[in-house]
Amino acid sequence: MVAQWGIRISCAAKSHSGAQQVAPSRPPARDGATAHSEKASALTDTTDQTQSQKIDLAEIFQSSGVKEVLEELDRELIGLKPVKDRIRETAAFLLVQKARVELGLSQETPTLHMSFTGNPGTGKTTVALKMAGLLHRLGYVRKGHLVSVTRDDLVGQYIGHTAPKTKEVLKKAMGGVLFIDEAYYLYRPENERDYGQEAIEILLQVMENNRDDLVVILAGYADRMETFFRSNPGFRSRIAHHIEFPDYTDEELLAIAEHIAEEQNYHLSPDAEAALSEYITLRRKQPHFANARSIRNAFDRARLRQASRVFSNAKGPVDAHTLSTIEAADIRASRVFRGGLDSDPKGMPTGSVKEDT
Amino acid sequence: MRVTQGTFSFLPDLTDEQIGKQIEYCLEHDWAVGIEYTDDPHPRNTYWEMWGNPMFDLRDPKGVMMELEECRKANPDCYIRINAFDNARGVESVVLSFLTDRPEVEPTIEMTRTERNGRSVGYTHIVRR
Ligand SMILES: Nc1ncnc2c1ncn2[C@@H]1O[C@H](COP(=O)(O)OP(=O)(O)O)[C@@H](O)[C@H]1O
Ligand SMILES: [Mg+2]
Repeated sequence: MVAQWGIRISCAAKSHSGAQQVAPSRPPARDGATAHSEKASALTDTTDQTQSQKIDLAEIFQSSGVKEVLEELDRELIGLKPVKDRIRETAAFLLVQKARVELGLSQETPTLHMSFTGNPGTGKTTVALKMAGLLHRLGYVRKGHLVSVTRDDLVGQYIGHTAPKTKEVLKKAMGGVLFIDEAYYLYRPENERDYGQEAIEILLQVMENNRDDLVVILAGYADRMETFFRSNPGFRSRIAHHIEFPDYTDEELLAIAEHIAEEQNYHLSPDAEAALSEYITLRRKQPHFANARSIRNAFDRARLRQASRVFSNAKGPVDAHTLSTIEAADIRASRVFRGGLDSDPKGMPTGSVKEDT
Repeated sequence: MRVTQGTFSFLPDLTDEQIGKQIEYCLEHDWAVGIEYTDDPHPRNTYWEMWGNPMFDLRDPKGVMMELEECRKANPDCYIRINAFDNARGVESVVLSFLTDRPEVEPTIEMTRTERNGRSVGYTHIVRR
């Protein structure tokens, strides 16, 4: 019995149940729901049988691949403890919810829509990708892909343009997760004819009616999201999980830099590490600081400087060590050490250009 | 008269669940799925109206089913079919096509044979409503 349940979960995660994937013309109460309510009424008759039925959660945790995703999350993302804790909690909740449905203790799909709030570069997009994989393995979305959009992908330029645009995106997101970055830009109260409102209405409808077909994650700055929710209570009421992404500490950012370097078979010399530490402290005080993304960009530029240094210094054949070492000079050449931004046009040491979007 | 056409012409009409599974199969094979409709089921009418563009970048049949649903709403008294186009070099044609919907009252298709010289026969079809 127990093993069988475990297998059914992993099957649901690998493919999908036919009854859920089709029949858009049917009312929201689907086959699944009917089956469950039958089960619920059966519960009153055959209580003994149901009570003796047992479900091995640990087994499912293993066999569904949920454990694997959580371990990956732990390994690949530095820091983010509160986020990881929340995700583990959510995974446990969804696992238990599945088991409860199986035993006829509850009937409905829990609300899965989420909001990820935090400053740029704190890992929201990266975690959303993992979340999609997690929901897929738990059997809550059929395919588990992530479709990442912003206002421009949803909202049109003229009357009649918005609804088809939004629907096009929704069609692609079906069976997976729709990630709306900087979701608050959908709402522009200063312009009462703004087409964003149309996209909002379609989204709200789909979030309510297609709960088995897709999960929506809204992402952005915490304060603006709060304002957005206040003016659009429909969203707040449809979102069950709010996850906050804190800024990284300097130490975490250094660890992230090392992690990024390692990913690409580079390493930092001890001097380079010290230089990067200084870089991080300076960079944080400058405009358009974007946490881990600023670090990734800094590393990309250091890599370019390293290449040009190695190339012009090479007097003969070079070895793997030379090709993969980032030296302090590669970091210290950054304009950040001279009060500017790396992305500034030459000779303009003030922060007027947005580093990244 | 029950008009039949396409891949599953020998079967009873497909349910939405069965249509969804066929679409799943198409998407798995990277075929572009198109929805077409017409009120003229004449066998020589190959040019049905397209309901939007063919869909090739979806992951899940639900996206196609949403369009099919819209098409049904907009054209309640039409024939609707789903075509799947395989763009693989050397194939480059429709590889699957089946009816999903038919009008409540279907027209009759009448066939006339005309004897011609040398025992050859001409066939003419007329759609009668
Ligand atoms: N905890 C982390 N560990 C390692 N790399 C990270 C971490 N958080 C973010 N990154 C990297 O930083 C970059 C920006 O992250 P992203 O998820 O796009 O942030 P956001 O969506 O919050 O702006 C990505 O390249 C990602 O790989
Ligand atoms: Mg992002």
